[in-house]
Amino acid sequence: MINFRYVRPTTRQACVTALVSDPTAQFIAGGTNLIDLMKRGVTAPEKVVDINALTLRSIDKQGSGIRIGALALNSAVADHPMIRQQQPLLTQALNAGASAQIRNMATMGGNMLQRTRCHYFYDTALPCNKREPGSGCGALEGFNRIHAIFGTSDRDPKTACIAVHPSDMCVALVALDATVLVTGPNGERRIPFVDFHRLPGNTPERDTNLERGELILAIDVPDNAFARHTHYLKVRDRNSYAFALVSVAAALDLSNSTIRDARLAMGGVAHKPWRLLDAEKALVGKPATEATFRQAADIAMQGAKAFEHNAFKIRMAPSSIVEALKTAARPA
Amino acid sequence: MVIQASNSTVMKNRTFSVLINPGQAPPQAGRRDFLKQSSLLTALALTPSTVLQAAETVLGTEGSPTAENIPVVIEINGTSRSLSVEPRVSLLDLLREQLDMTGTKKGCDYGQCGACTVHVDGQRVLACLSLAVMMQGKQVTTIEGLAEGPERLHPMQEAFIKHDGFQCGYCTPGQIMSAVGCLREGHADTEAEIREYMSGNICRCGAYSNIIAAIEEVKKGGQKV
Ligand SMILES: Cc1cc2nc3c(=O)[nH]c(=O)nc-3n(C[C@H](O)[C@H](O)[C@H](O)COP(=O)(O)OP(=O)(O)OC[C@H]3O[C@@H](n4cnc5c(N)ncnc54)[C@H](O)[C@@H]3O)c2cc1C
Ligand code: FES
Ligand code: FES
Repeated sequence: MINFRYVRPTTRQACVTALVSDPTAQFIAGGTNLIDLMKRGVTAPEKVVDINALTLRSIDKQGSGIRIGALALNSAVADHPMIRQQQPLLTQALNAGASAQIRNMATMGGNMLQRTRCHYFYDTALPCNKREPGSGCGALEGFNRIHAIFGTSDRDPKTACIAVHPSDMCVALVALDATVLVTGPNGERRIPFVDFHRLPGNTPERDTNLERGELILAIDVPDNAFARHTHYLKVRDRNSYAFALVSVAAALDLSNSTIRDARLAMGGVAHKPWRLLDAEKALVGKPATEATFRQAADIAMQGAKAFEHNAFKIRMAPSSIVEALKTAARPA
Repeated sequence: MVIQASNSTVMKNRTFSVLINPGQAPPQAGRRDFLKQSSLLTALALTPSTVLQAAETVLGTEGSPTAENIPVVIEINGTSRSLSVEPRVSLLDLLREQLDMTGTKKGCDYGQCGACTVHVDGQRVLACLSLAVMMQGKQVTTIEGLAEGPERLHPMQEAFIKHDGFQCGYCTPGQIMSAVGCLREGHADTEAEIREYMSGNICRCGAYSNIIAAIEEVKKGGQKV
């Protein structure tokens, strides 16, 4: 790891200023992703801005929802009584990620901004348009078993990217209609979670719509009627402590066994947490049966496209959707 | 074969010294010191003497400052230490390389194995993914400081010995620190829960079922951990 300057400003404004004053500077929160990438030379900031002196750790009831500070630990959020009772899908998704030790370090903001686990992104000897714009995409013609089946960029070799966003937590947050509160050089703004992460398009080096210097302050999760019927299903190569091949966040609001409302999103399939709005629409008003779930899964899979090694996801994803919905629909 | 056998004996003995001597005394001459010396010899042969002198002043004392070094005060196993570290130094390297506390192991150095698990302000975390400069004002507990004193083992250490919770012992300090965290967090109610909440600690020897037995026993015993 190359050495770097370390600063720990005590105000939000000073954190933002410290970042914009140096083109290579990066924030550090829990460090579990940034330090990993710095050790491997994937990223090499000359200045690291520690944001842990900021008071952004609280988890509070706010209006008709819960506000979670950007520095709240993944473990603290997962175990918080209010989150467990009112937003169990978030607890389930958080607990499916990483390990207990890492969740004790990882923060909400850091989890959202963790980089892809694409092998070509990690290996600095290989081409990757995300790491080094214009260098090519090693995965496109390479070993692409863990890669995306939706929303990929695969036409122009100079901008191609078929990486997936690795977070579990974000799949739950996009399903739960969360909003992200940020501050930056131009003041505060709110970003709907579904617009926070990007598809690769022509700029795969950009994972999100955050502007340079913007600092995540909090995530708002609105109240909902799903608490009794949620499930986060994660399919991976081993039982625990592995990234998702495919994951599904499912939430149902049932009245007798009719679906009043539904939320559905997938992880491991796209460059961003993948919300399934059309499939949700197909669920509403229908009986909570396997046939309904299969129909929704078929709709969810429209437009999916496989590469050489990840065709299994095209079968695994709809089965996972059906399984997650079946489990969510079971009596609480 | 002979080398393998003697190596594993040394490893196992050394694990025992970690388990049984929880004080802060640096370990006695053993495999690590041998490795240190032998790699130092190679290094010496290849390094110009000016560099060697500079390296000596940096590595030799606790907290000799270089241009980039930052002073930090960290409480390690109950003792407040005033140190000086480069920003890029991990907590793991601070412990092992600068303070010679080799009880905390380096398995992967990338957050994937749990061998480096320590407690920071009472919570289990990975020392390899922690920057030492970010430990300012925090309390760090390592396997060397887990027991209350040199006379008595921590209940989890006792249980690991009783249930044979290790073979080569390399993952063991991390397993024990993590197991204590698992109990404190209240995530050891069933075997399935223990397995899930201990999944961040990989054991190449596959001692998992004995590790779980050890944790279950401490949980049942109800002692304060
Ligand atoms: C072995 C291993 C296994 C893992 N398995 C999983 C898994 O199964 N599922 C999963 O979801 N995750 C997994 N992870 C990833 C883990 O969840 C992330 O590393 C973690 O959430 C990152 O949070 P952090 O606070 O440590 O971020 P940091 O490493 O501190 O920061 C990450 C990025 O976010 C930026 N950042 C942090 N906070 C802010 C903020 N408030 N505003 C603006 N920018 C900010 C930083 O600049 C940096 O670029 C795993 C990680 C490891 C090492
Ligand atoms: S050495 Fe830290 S997790 Fe492997
Ligand atoms: S005892 Fe050998 S790695 Fe666990």
